[in-house]
Amino acid sequence: MQEKVKVSGGTGLTEKEARSGKIFYTEDSLDCAFAWDTGVAINRYLAEFKKGNIIATECRQCNRIMLPPRLFCELCFVPSGDWVYVKDTGIVNTFSICHVNWDASRIKEGEKPHLPAVIEIDGASEGMGIMHRLGEVEPDQIEIGMKVKAVWRPKAERTGSITDIKYFKPL
Amino acid sequence: MRKVAIVGAGLTKFVRRALETPKELSYEAAKTALDSCGLRLEDIDCVAHGTAPDAFDGLHQNGEYMVDGCGGWNKPTMRVYVGGGTGVHAIVHGWHHVASGMFDTCLVVCEEKMSSAMPHAQGFFLTIFDALTERELEPNLLWIFALEMNRYMNRYGYTKEDMALVAVNNKKNGLKHPSSQFKDEVTVEDVLNSEIMAYPVSRLDVSPVSDGGAAVVLAAESVARRITDKPVWIEGVGWSLDTAYWATRDLYYPRYTDTAARMAYEMAGIREPAKQINIAEPYDPFDYKALHHMEGLQLSPRGKTVELLRDGHFARDGNLPMCPSGGLLGVGNPIAAAGTMKVAELFWQLRGEAGERQVPGNPRLGVAQSWGDLMQVSSVVVVGN
Repeated sequence: MQEKVKVSGGTGLTEKEARSGKIFYTEDSLDCAFAWDTGVAINRYLAEFKKGNIIATECRQCNRIMLPPRLFCELCFVPSGDWVYVKDTGIVNTFSICHVNWDASRIKEGEKPHLPAVIEIDGASEGMGIMHRLGEVEPDQIEIGMKVKAVWRPKAERTGSITDIKYFKPL
Repeated sequence: MRKVAIVGAGLTKFVRRALETPKELSYEAAKTALDSCGLRLEDIDCVAHGTAPDAFDGLHQNGEYMVDGCGGWNKPTMRVYVGGGTGVHAIVHGWHHVASGMFDTCLVVCEEKMSSAMPHAQGFFLTIFDALTERELEPNLLWIFALEMNRYMNRYGYTKEDMALVAVNNKKNGLKHPSSQFKDEVTVEDVLNSEIMAYPVSRLDVSPVSDGGAAVVLAAESVARRITDKPVWIEGVGWSLDTAYWATRDLYYPRYTDTAARMAYEMAGIREPAKQINIAEPYDPFDYKALHHMEGLQLSPRGKTVELLRDGHFARDGNLPMCPSGGLLGVGNPIAAAGTMKVAELFWQLRGEAGERQVPGNPRLGVAQSWGDLMQVSSVVVVGN
């Protein structure tokens, strides 16, 4: 059978070649700074974190208790109704044991792996999960379906951030 | 809507680090695609262009920079960008230009150069997460794929070994692809023993970081028949974006792929995709993702996909060959270009021009799909000869 696949270009360089001085390159570093306004719904969400609460909004039309709270229900496309406090407990929907930091560098020898999870929060509608971290648990003990509870930072240390919850630990 | 054909295709080699600039990679792919069907730039009416995050190149408004490499000079040129979904989405985008009757020919060019970003392009993915509710947790993109993979495996009782079979299959197919950045076959043991990055994701479960370009030429029916006696028709297109609240959908099933695929099949008049489709090129940046997408594409019953895989159903000589190109796992993953490479593969396969990779039995219908953004977009193209 006749091959007609056309390939041209894509000249591979090894890291050594790229750094040898035979190939010229320029370097730049972009320093971008932002200040994000929290918006209507997340402002209250974060303010409640500072008080040690998790708050959701309810859709008037489909009655979903939505977490994170939102100004509008994206399914019904109507304004959200009441604010509703939910619990700070939930179940692990899924998790990972991660040896890679955000910038793709590896965790250092002896450091504990990151334990990200999707946690379905009790009191929110079924399937309403948030991403957070797990803690006070051996990685090999984590299971999907496990009940967990938020571990809050001491009141004085809270800043109105998702990290006011340090992590979720097994109940 | 007018009938639209693919009449030419071209690729660069996919490499970890390319000497060429993004613009040069685009030129190489675009020029090769034009040459493959004997067209010149002046024969092209418009350009559909795709490249993923500007941040990779550190170049804002990357589309404008790329225009010359894409052959877009003084032509109606539009860029689309839906993350990893871009490569197939650009075909959908180009199809609109020609199907609408506005243009007779369209050059679709996708490119990615990931190696410029230091120390690693992965770092930029931090900025796709919600700034207020997620970014402070310092997530890595691998996190969410690991979360999805774990949920998917847990739901159906699939194992890491099952997923590794996909990496083995695709990497083996890719060895026969002239653009591939790999030279060695891998075994299930190699995959299972590779570095654990974010359990359940190990290093060989993941496609590599790549630089590369891919391009195809689209033409309206009357023009296509003058250019080639073997046009490959775009029979159906579909695309869909799911909510950005990714943690609130159950990750075991790609609803966005389901929606996009049904749209494309309806347009193509396909009622039983699992029986009618002869070749599938699902998006496979991770091994589990190929199977996850096969289910979303209605090409495999949910929860039965590993069984079919183990039975050889998805092998090159099976009933429904999956990723005969080698896919992202076997050829490489220059993000936007990778999806277009899949469409180029179907073009060659349906013309019987895929050489060593040729799927036997004169395949008639193929489907390509790409996926991206915050695990929420799918673009699907159905092609036939």
